[in-house]
Amino acid sequence: MGETIEKVSIIISKGSLEGVYPGLIMANGARSEGIEANLFFTFFGLDAIHKERLEHLKVAAVGNPGMHMASLIGVLPGMSAIATHMMEKKMEEHDIPGVAEFVEMIADSGCGLYACKASVELFGFSDEDFIEQVEDTITVGEFYGKAAGGEIIFT
Amino acid sequence: MTTDTIAGTVVDLDDEGFLVDPTRWSEDMAAELARRENVDPLTERHWQVVRFMRRQYEETGSGPNVRMLAKLSGIPVKELYQLFPKGPAKTAAKIAGIPKPRGCI
Repeated sequence: MGETIEKVSIIISKGSLEGVYPGLIMANGARSEGIEANLFFTFFGLDAIHKERLEHLKVAAVGNPGMHMASLIGVLPGMSAIATHMMEKKMEEHDIPGVAEFVEMIADSGCGLYACKASVELFGFSDEDFIEQVEDTITVGEFYGKAAGGEIIFT
Repeated sequence: MTTDTIAGTVVDLDDEGFLVDPTRWSEDMAAELARRENVDPLTERHWQVVRFMRRQYEETGSGPNVRMLAKLSGIPVKELYQLFPKGPAKTAAKIAGIPKPRGCI
């Protein structure tokens, strides 16, 4: 077998449903391949570990060409909720776990979860706002320390 | 692909070390396959997972991913990773002589 990846550190910076999943899937996939993994949540990505927000992530209905829907329709009240509902239904059909279950499973798999200190301060969050699986709130420098010797993926 | 002798049986292994033909597998091979994955000794709890993977494969044609493995077997994700630190579904599939589970989740 050729060269292998031994370690990845994945940054989740977006707070939409479609912004959060790719990073979660990559982290979970890394662990299931036996690859060491860290997840670093920054900016709106913090919503994915926020106790009250993680169950309410939404699909962007406006300014999202992937929706194949005119933004003019996307601005109608409730469109984002409808799009989110459809996406969640699809995910359930394909046995993709919800954000809360997924994040917990990733933590259980031994992936380290970290919150970005600058963003936590910017949004006025504290440690109590986050789910218990979050190990620590760390600086960007500390993140690079944890990421040392591995690949870094920004999402 | 390579040819190797495991517990006295000549078998073909793919590039990642999975048995090419699952029907060539027998329980006698498990301990040696496990040793190659640094799972040593193969405890009764490991066996529970290995047998479960094997049974799932025989019943459905593929081994489950980690999430389904945990859900269906009742062994928590955390413990699965303690048993198989290099990936529970992947490692247990290899020891069980079945193809690598291919799901993304």
